[in-house]
Amino acid sequence: MADKIKQAGQFIQALPHAKALGMELQELDAGTAAISMPYSEDIIGDPKTGVVHGGAVSALLDTCCGAAVMSHPSNPAGTATIDLRIEYLRAATPGQRIKARATCYHVTRSVAFVRATAMDEDEEVPVAMATGTFTAGSGT
Amino acid sequence: MIKRPEPVQIVKQRRDGVLRALVDGVPYIRFLGVTFERRGDELTAIMPFKEELIGNPMLPALHGGATAAFLEVTAIISLSWGMIWEDMESGALEIDDIDNITLPRLPKTIDFTVDYLRSGLPRDAYARARITRAGRRYASVHVEGWQDNRARLFAQATGHFVMPQRES
Repeated sequence: MADKIKQAGQFIQALPHAKALGMELQELDAGTAAISMPYSEDIIGDPKTGVVHGGAVSALLDTCCGAAVMSHPSNPAGTATIDLRIEYLRAATPGQRIKARATCYHVTRSVAFVRATAMDEDEEVPVAMATGTFTAGSGT
Repeated sequence: MIKRPEPVQIVKQRRDGVLRALVDGVPYIRFLGVTFERRGDELTAIMPFKEELIGNPMLPALHGGATAAFLEVTAIISLSWGMIWEDMESGALEIDDIDNITLPRLPKTIDFTVDYLRSGLPRDAYARARITRAGRRYASVHVEGWQDNRARLFAQATGHFVMPQRES
């Protein structure tokens, strides 16, 4: 299992956009994934407060959802986002790492259904929540 | 005496300067490499292709997150620009010193839904936002993203935003 995480971690590191944002795979299990992203000045969306741009949180959630799909026991060969809805509950606290956790609830022959949340250090209220559908299998 | 219209280059300089101040103020827009082109009050966002935007190195295809971010940036800037435009044209916005201009706070995203219609090619991407409703408190925006052909969208999005409250 540790090997699988290491491999999947390397795979995510090899995605140029995930690498550019400094994403790190934290956990990977059958149909679930946890990925974190460090705070950096590059991803600030509001220069007055230093709050991270929603787009960077989207990128983290999208990557995490994709990883959850790939780790599902049905073993999809590849995946791509069909639709992703993100709700921004609150501003992420500047300076804190953001951690996303995604669960892939079901995979049909062609579609995977996923939900995810993004948290900073305050785990009471998530920063954002996502609902997504992804392609599964070879039919893209 | 009839007031003569301002010379066109002065008007352009002011509008382009305010747009630059708005866009350059956001570090994440720089990180993505997104720029904006203006025709009157209409904006087109451009995301020039670069390696760091790739999600699937095998195809290669743009990262879904980069696409989502591009469309969200387009929505927020277009929404903010709509607000600023009114104040800029009416003279309510103080713009004597374009380098130290005080712009209103940016709208806050409530939710954002992206439809991925086809995979993003390793090419420049373009986007335009249509503000479907601009209320005093909430706004709805639809964004279309395309690459080589304007009619073949590679992604579209709808989002809801909380508008910054004007100080008065």
